[in-house]
Amino acid sequence: MKLVICAGPPTTGKTTVLKQVTKKLIADGRRLAFLKIDVQYAEEDEIFSSEFSIPARKVYSGELCPDHCNVMVLGDAIEWASKHDAEILLVETAGLCLRCSPYVEGLLGLIVLEATSGMNLPRKIGPMLSLADIAMVTKIDLVSQAEREVFRARIQEAAPDVSIIETNALHGIGIDPLVRRIAQANEIKFPLFLRGNPPVGTCTICVGKKEIGWKQHFGVVRPLEGEIFYQGE
Amino acid sequence: MTIADLTVTGGRGKDGRAEPVSEITLRMGDIVSIVGPTGCGKTTLINDIELFANRNTPSGRRVLINGESAEESCSSDPARNPIALISQHTNFLSDLPVEDFLSIHATVRAHEGGEAIRETLGFANKLTGEPIIRTSAMTELSGGQTRALLIADAVVIGNSPIVLLDEIENAGIHRTRALELLKEYRKIFVFVTHDPRIALLSDYRVVMRNGAMQEVILTGKEEGRVAAELRKMDDLILDFRNRIRLGERLTENVLEEQMKACGYLT
Repeated sequence: MKLVICAGPPTTGKTTVLKQVTKKLIADGRRLAFLKIDVQYAEEDEIFSSEFSIPARKVYSGELCPDHCNVMVLGDAIEWASKHDAEILLVETAGLCLRCSPYVEGLLGLIVLEATSGMNLPRKIGPMLSLADIAMVTKIDLVSQAEREVFRARIQEAAPDVSIIETNALHGIGIDPLVRRIAQANEIKFPLFLRGNPPVGTCTICVGKKEIGWKQHFGVVRPLEGEIFYQGE
Repeated sequence: MTIADLTVTGGRGKDGRAEPVSEITLRMGDIVSIVGPTGCGKTTLINDIELFANRNTPSGRRVLINGESAEESCSSDPARNPIALISQHTNFLSDLPVEDFLSIHATVRAHEGGEAIRETLGFANKLTGEPIIRTSAMTELSGGQTRALLIADAVVIGNSPIVLLDEIENAGIHRTRALELLKEYRKIFVFVTHDPRIALLSDYRVVMRNGAMQEVILTGKEEGRVAAELRKMDDLILDFRNRIRLGERLTENVLEEQMKACGYLT
């Protein structure tokens, strides 16, 4: 099974892109499953299951960071999708965090950005962009060609290796290159690891370890003499 | 890449039937207009061209450059894209200063910065009422300044051999001067237009209806003569427009003088 993780700020068109992709992959005879992770509201699962009759579900992260929730539930989700005999699992994340990325090492990571956002956006969103494999730029029909080219240059500056695909996803224009990349993507091979480094700061005391002394803890620790440092995996 | 011609093969109209014009080839140096009532698919046609449609857009058309399918690299590498589109969506959303924007675009299009930026601004400022200031944010430009800058950018920095212009007459720029300036460059120009002056200045025009290319009309000798008369009338209107812009009050005397100058009154 293949896994595609899709991130991107809210309202950029993640769902619209994934719907067009789903339509084409189903036409190619592929079996899909869809998972939506969001903080407190999502209806994409219903859209995907009613429009395409594919296994689709959602999970609300609630108190958890949505990208960390993704790490927590993804193992089970892959099991769920393979029980449904899916060949490709599409995961649409909440796409909120500017500090971590939800992508998995070796598997396809996709970010959706809109051409109408400011020229500084690619500089602001950090690993969500810099660790992605493909950046889909949506709503290209709303801006001038010159601006698209400059926006593209700004993306490439923040993420030199990312492939950029421009799309008018509402009309299904520019979707084919993405579909080809998904078809060629790696299969899932355990163990899976999150791409990039999560933010520092999870404190073992906060999560319930009460033993006294920095040697008993990991994450960011500090001895009496000296500065804070990181210990752990 | 040297562009000799661009071919559009017909797809389907809004009713799903094949387009009456099954193929049209635009040769280097051609000036072409696309005409038809609002909503008939004129913009869709130039969007198909800009996207190098390959039966993958709703119209089902194909666009061939020099008789061949455009390589994907044309659309994925901006420096190799031979087509510039000046759309009707004229508002810049970019918060960058004009100078920085042009400088990044010049780099993308593989130019040495300084000269290309000066030439672009010089071209644009010939079309605007008030000149564009280099340090202004793109979002501060007026509608006319924006469109003028886009046209200049496409022709100079883009140096695109194929330029598509959507309703340039509504751009709030000096339209006739734009046409004169553009004609100095040898390119394929495609104008989506409702303006008889632009349509008749073209070598030929594509008539659109119901999402489909209906007919191609060559601008013949008789139409050329009609165009010359229309040009006089248009200049007359433009002259009065300018007087109003400059705060003048119009008089019957001036009207009579102008009509005489055109030969409409003796």
